[in-house]
Amino acid sequence: MERDRDLSALAVIGIRSRGDVLAARLRDALRANEGVDVPLGLLDITLYRDDLTRVGYAPEIHETRIPFSVDDRVVVLVDDVLYTGRTIRAALDALVDFGRPKAIRLAVLVDRGHRELPIRADFVGKNVPTQPGDDVRVRLTEIDGRDEVEVVRP
Amino acid sequence: MTWRRRHVLATDDWSADEIEQVLETTERMREVLSRPIRRAPPLRGRTVILFFAEASTRTRVSFELAAKALSADVVNVSASGSSVEKGETLLDTVRTLEALGGDVVVMRHSASGAPYFVAQRSGAAVINAGDGWHAHPTQGLLDAFTLRGALGDLAGKRIVIVGDVVHSRVARSDIHALVPLGARITLCGPPTLQPSAWLHGALPDGVGFEPDLDRALRGADAVIALRLQRERQEGGLIPSLREYARVWGLTEARVALMRDGAPVMHPGPMNEGVEIDAAVAHGARSLIETQVTNGVAVRMALLYLLAGTTSLEAAAT
Repeated sequence: MERDRDLSALAVIGIRSRGDVLAARLRDALRANEGVDVPLGLLDITLYRDDLTRVGYAPEIHETRIPFSVDDRVVVLVDDVLYTGRTIRAALDALVDFGRPKAIRLAVLVDRGHRELPIRADFVGKNVPTQPGDDVRVRLTEIDGRDEVEVVRP
Repeated sequence: MTWRRRHVLATDDWSADEIEQVLETTERMREVLSRPIRRAPPLRGRTVILFFAEASTRTRVSFELAAKALSADVVNVSASGSSVEKGETLLDTVRTLEALGGDVVVMRHSASGAPYFVAQRSGAAVINAGDGWHAHPTQGLLDAFTLRGALGDLAGKRIVIVGDVVHSRVARSDIHALVPLGARITLCGPPTLQPSAWLHGALPDGVGFEPDLDRALRGADAVIALRLQRERQEGGLIPSLREYARVWGLTEARVALMRDGAPVMHPGPMNEGVEIDAAVAHGARSLIETQVTNGVAVRMALLYLLAGTTSLEAAAT
């Protein structure tokens, strides 16, 4: 917010399936604290995955809903866990099919490291050191009945 | 649910869940088509061969737009101007197309069953774009999608299909897409143009026959008019086109017998003034243009689901 003073040009887009819930919370917080109503979108990146030709089946596509133009807006992309960066790469490719944002920022709840692509978050809830085989499970009240992040080591 | 089918040949053995999955995926594809850039990348590196051995404009163009919207490479092959004219067999043509690297073959053929023959003998996924009198599954699915968009849940809804049912692959595929979703079908049209077993009572589940069009339409939730092929008159199955239009044509007065606002559909191309009046075809109840738009989205959904069942790595080895 410090960097993007003009909140009227802001938009929040959450990546399914936990980022959309976090994005809605961010939108609510902006309304409560700053008194601004920023547009909220949700994005499913399935069609942009880089492993579609390898998985051997067609993954289910979920709803994408971006009911506003992203042109000249500062879009804050929201996801729960930042890991390899491949989801974010897909999301960036998807977003530019909706127009030309003025800027795209990335906000994540947890950064667990082990990037495979040159991507970093602008806003991080918590950096959590993990090992590559770990499973980081984010639970949110809206979906799972409680707020919790669990790191499971096999 | 994970999609398991390798081919789309007919939907007569599909479960309601499978049809539902196609319709849900279609909904997602409609969103893709509403974006400023109407294209997504899931079929990058895939080749879709459009093999149309029978005339078609709208279905072929619809498949071509669908394949391109998913970033596939598209190759068009028509019977005229290809080696089919030089006497090559269907199987040899398909083997050649496959050797050229087709992952999906979309085919239309005048012989009922031709896509089954190809699907059994080729490594490519096959989509039937219309085979003889047998099936036109993508039309059935797009009609189901369009009707659901207009009517909501189709359970208990009554859909009238009027016209030349016996020669119509559209009628058969509509039945096989709509009945599993709970719709009831009332067939109507000249008795000479109905399957004789159906006329004598051996109707499929969920399907009825009503010889009087006004009675069929009264209180119905939607009507689908079938195209009348002009050669039916030459074959002596109907007395004249004028006679057909008078008895079986959809007029404004007739469609008003349906439930308020009940929609009118037609698979195209239309003979305006024969099976449907221009005022109805272009009137407020008409979903005919929506059918065309939805057709692209349904075909995108099927291409996406089928391409998923073939991995590029497996194909390369």
